[in-house]
Amino acid sequence: MKFKKINLPNEINELKSLKVGEWLLLDGPIYSARDQACKLLVDLIKERKDIPLELKNSLIYHMGPSPAPPGKASGSAGPTTSKRMDPFVPWLLSQGIVGFIGKGKRDKETEMYFKKYKGVYLVTVGGAGAYLGDKIKKMEVFAFHELGPEAIYYLEVEDFPAMVAIDSEGNSFWK
Amino acid sequence: MFRVIEGDIIYNKLVHVITKANFELPKDVEDALLEAYNIENNENARIVLDILIKNAKIAKEKRIPICQDCGMVIAFVEIGDKVCIKGNLNDLINRAVSEVYKKNYLRPSVVKDPLKRINTQDNTPAIVHYEIKTGDKLRFYILIKGFGSENASIVKSLIPTITEDELISEIVNHVKNHGPNACPPLLVGIGIGGTLEKAALLSKKATLRPLKEKNNDPYWAKMEEKLLKEINELNIGPGGLGGKTTALGVHIEVFPVHIAGFTLAINMQCSAIRHGWFEI
Repeated sequence: MKFKKINLPNEINELKSLKVGEWLLLDGPIYSARDQACKLLVDLIKERKDIPLELKNSLIYHMGPSPAPPGKASGSAGPTTSKRMDPFVPWLLSQGIVGFIGKGKRDKETEMYFKKYKGVYLVTVGGAGAYLGDKIKKMEVFAFHELGPEAIYYLEVEDFPAMVAIDSEGNSFWK
Repeated sequence: MFRVIEGDIIYNKLVHVITKANFELPKDVEDALLEAYNIENNENARIVLDILIKNAKIAKEKRIPICQDCGMVIAFVEIGDKVCIKGNLNDLINRAVSEVYKKNYLRPSVVKDPLKRINTQDNTPAIVHYEIKTGDKLRFYILIKGFGSENASIVKSLIPTITEDELISEIVNHVKNHGPNACPPLLVGIGIGGTLEKAALLSKKATLRPLKEKNNDPYWAKMEEKLLKEINELNIGPGGLGGKTTALGVHIEVFPVHIAGFTLAINMQCSAIRHGWFEI
């Protein structure tokens, strides 16, 4: 299997031309946001308030890391189940987010939003937090510090593996 | 005559086992992943299994937790009726969890109140189940349970006239619908019988059994085999991305039930099977 290299942020829009089933190796900056952070972001969007990060052209990883031990950039950092974030997807995609990285199936309705907003859903390997944490070269809390492991983290990844599970035409790996 | 066991001895063993479970995948699980890698020809399955095998190696060598979801800690405690413990066992367990999670940079994943959601910061409290046994031994089974797979688990009441085939399709359908999100390859723990909470407990205990070990009753052992075969024909595969390894094992535990009932619990265990045990 050939992995396609994607350099972020420059090649972020290339994600939109990829097809379901393609494997990627991501390099560059991404942000983490899981349950509570996604909810807070959507609350801010609904209330038309300032959002603490530039969502346009970003890639969001559904992940809450274990703390980085001294001398390491990151702790364990695998994906969490993305389906729980389904209610937030249309709101977040409407802000210009290019896609999400997570794991597992999504609702049928959610798949349609990826088509509507030309977004992508990438999956990586659940249960491989040590391997994936090792691909993170820089990690720092970026926003919502009070959420602890559920805060938004700024991450820089290198050779981070992911597969296209829903493409920007709404095609899904799960049909 | 009672046998007195000092709290410190228990505490030190708990610290060791809880730590080890978070960084070292049990040998039978590592072997099963390797075996699966060798029989898979689905490309996605091979990529995922290759990463999971490397993950176990990195976790052990670089001391990074196997999974960022360092779970809730569950302790199954079997206390011999001739044992006298010096100290409060609940406190000992929670002190050990707190120490291990803070010292080893494990993710604190427990909030104090389900709605208010304030993190307890040290992953306490642990979930503790006690059972009285005959004898002078104290035995602990520790399970580190992540919630991706816990969320995919259920308890339900079926009708007492259910047939064997209906039961099988009930279980296989559940895995079909909820397996992809539970970090397969899975260990499917099944509890049948008893009341609602008894079945749930049995289904979780079933996941403590080593992978190659079957149910003692040949009837249920055969059912385990049949279920494993059917589940692995679902093509969910490792990571939910296709392949023949949806589950590494199916373990069933049964208990007597009321004439009006048929209780079924399915506890999904992800591929990061993190457990350990010790006896004093």
